Amino acid sequence: MTLVAFWFIVLAVVWTGFLLLEGFDFGVGMLHGVVGRDDAGRDLAIHTIEPVWDGNEVWLVLAAAGTFAAFPVWYATMFSAYYPVMVVVLVALILRGVSFEFRSHSDSARSRAFWSGALEGGSLVVPLGLGIVLGGLLAGVPIDSAQEFVGGAGDLFPPYALMTGATVVLVCLVHGAVFLALRTTAELRRRALGIARALAPVVAVVVTAWAAWTRVTAGDGVLLSVAEFGAILAAITAAAFVHVRREGLAFAATATTVVAMTASIFSELYPRVMVSSLGPANDLTTTNSASASYALTVMTVVLAVLLPLVLVYQAWTYHVFRARLRGPVPAPEAPPVTSADPG
Amino acid sequence: MVDLARLQFAGTTIYHFLFVPLTIGLALLTAILQTCWHRTDKPEYLRLTRFFGVLLVINIAVGVVTGLVQEFQFGMNWSGYSRFVGDVFGAPLAMEGLAAFFLESTFLGLWVFGWGRLSRRVHLATVWAVAAGGVLSAAFIMAANSWMQNPVGYTIDPATQRAQLTSIGAVLTNPVFLRSMLHVLLASLVTACVVMLAVAAWHLRRKSHTAEFGRAARIALVVLVPVLALNLLVGSELGVTEGEFQPMKIAAAEAQWQTCQPCSFSLFQVGGGNNDQTPSKIIQVPHLLSLLATNSWNGQVVGLNELQAQYEQQYGPGYYVPNVFIQYWSMRVMAYLGSLMLVVGLWGLWRRKRLAESPWFLRVAIWCLPLPFIVNTAGWVLTENGRQPWIVQGLQKTAEANSPSVTGAAILTSLLIFLLLYTALGVADWVLMARYARRELPAEQAADEHEAPAPAPTY
Repeated sequence: MTLVAFWFIVLAVVWTGFLLLEGFDFGVGMLHGVVGRDDAGRDLAIHTIEPVWDGNEVWLVLAAAGTFAAFPVWYATMFSAYYPVMVVVLVALILRGVSFEFRSHSDSARSRAFWSGALEGGSLVVPLGLGIVLGGLLAGVPIDSAQEFVGGAGDLFPPYALMTGATVVLVCLVHGAVFLALRTTAELRRRALGIARALAPVVAVVVTAWAAWTRVTAGDGVLLSVAEFGAILAAITAAAFVHVRREGLAFAATATTVVAMTASIFSELYPRVMVSSLGPANDLTTTNSASASYALTVMTVVLAVLLPLVLVYQAWTYHVFRARLRGPVPAPEAPPVTSADPG
Repeated sequence: MVDLARLQFAGTTIYHFLFVPLTIGLALLTAILQTCWHRTDKPEYLRLTRFFGVLLVINIAVGVVTGLVQEFQFGMNWSGYSRFVGDVFGAPLAMEGLAAFFLESTFLGLWVFGWGRLSRRVHLATVWAVAAGGVLSAAFIMAANSWMQNPVGYTIDPATQRAQLTSIGAVLTNPVFLRSMLHVLLASLVTACVVMLAVAAWHLRRKSHTAEFGRAARIALVVLVPVLALNLLVGSELGVTEGEFQPMKIAAAEAQWQTCQPCSFSLFQVGGGNNDQTPSKIIQVPHLLSLLATNSWNGQVVGLNELQAQYEQQYGPGYYVPNVFIQYWSMRVMAYLGSLMLVVGLWGLWRRKRLAESPWFLRVAIWCLPLPFIVNTAGWVLTENGRQPWIVQGLQKTAEANSPSVTGAAILTSLLIFLLLYTALGVADWVLMARYARRELPAEQAADEHEAPAPAPTY
């Protein structure tokens, strides 16, 4: 395998890590108001992701920076083409990012409600926008022979890209609902499971349609790839496990859905990184957009040393905060007593 | 269009850079406070750790989200630049994500929510990991930035005309990098010390928790004075280094149009700018510019006019002089206010045993709060404005670096959106900080698993 192909896989893995981890905290963010009906319930729902969401978001930072380092042309063309989408995504990321701290330090019901709204809205807009971008990589946008985007804002929303955005949002919703069910008890757990049970069959249908459309968009006939078939199977399995209230297994299934969906997009893309709607000669590919081998070698060494370390300490974080939460949530500067099973 | 993109980048970067030095420095100070608690078991250290920890966490949130804008903006607004330099410039950014941001963000969650859940020793390690993440992020971003000031360890690919990395060792030992990283780290500590001192002084003036805040003020002063004194030296060293690679930057900082030897330093000037080569310079200190720019008593500083002629010969026709007015004054604002903070710090050290009985010192210390932020901004403007018209010194001009596919209207729209959003964010952050910083210290809590929960904070 060439270094260039290796780095394409690395980026696919990093995007997967982002959607897998931040995926459920987007879901929790969108659902915290519905699942937690009062202030204490909302606090508790948010508290399930509070210690980890910031670390999860670094996967997005790494996806952007890794693309910059390994495929500068891809990075330059993608971010400048999607300018309006990226502005909206950034605004959503900013409002969502500060909402946790600002909400917990608010002194009025109104400002708490405002920051709750920012969390809900931000958690919806970010996966929608980034889903549109990922779908657009495959659906294609006008790129000329100089590797520059030559379209307008209207060219950024081909139907398949919109479908990808909507599918990502729905998968995040069910992924987040199952996560909430897994991390809470009593009323909250019951409501989260109820939402998951209502959503999961719909999501399974949508994922099936999306997977078939992905194959068609990629122009590879109608026989599904392993990844696309896996996404459908995982989404159906998730619906089944949610139905019998096995949230642990259901979470594994929604996680698999996310992994298989990202794998579908990236495997259908390869060796392209951005399809040009002006003809395959203008496609950005791994080879015509990559850094040279010295830079990729340096990055490979750094990745080999640091990524395992990151995985270990992020996994440890989830281990530390593994206990199911019961209310009430203490003030952030107070010692936590919410855990049923401290340490 | 390039101007709009520059305005947006400068505005969002300066804003981001208000929070970053504060959080890097405050993470280190919080780690020091918690270490003191760990060593001595004195409850006042624990209360201070928690108190300043909350200020840290609020500001990290703003620093992180405004950093996302920077990470995206290279591609959004500067695709010409990103295409040209990604092979070199992308590597330190990706390393920053892998080595620094994961560390900082993951361990911040563990630190904030790990009280009582982790053992005291492990919990102490988490705050040091947060601080280390901040320091590493500064290191990698300065490595990337220094390459723009003094590109090293690269070659230009003849086929693609893009820069290619040839030596990561050269990038990480760039003389500009080593000095500017140290300069930024020390400035971060200064920022956090001055903020800690101002908050402590505010409480001392009101006689609230005098024992705890007296201790906080003394720690801030003891760190501040040597760090700031050292940083004035590092800054002047950095000036010499940058003068070597970017002579325009230093000549413009003195508005030195004609070559001189030895060169004097003017305390002030009236007039000046790129269209006024003969401003009235007031109070000239002989030899000082030679000393600052070259480290030698009789050093020669090549004037802007001569440099312009050299650059035209080397790079073709064009105007290579940065905005001289901005250079001249940003350098002075930085140096003068930096020195002023040192004087205040020395005054505080002298009164350190009787701070609570020194109302004038406390009053001045409170009013010093904005100074480090102004100094940091001026330093940033000095180094980035002095790089113009280059985006990468000698290799690519800013005017060739923007995104050809992005319209002026799009940039104007995003500029207005960020302006509104950042203003609102700044107000919300300030209100929250001011309210929190004036609060009483949190009730005494041990980080003990079996402790009862603290009562909800009252405002």
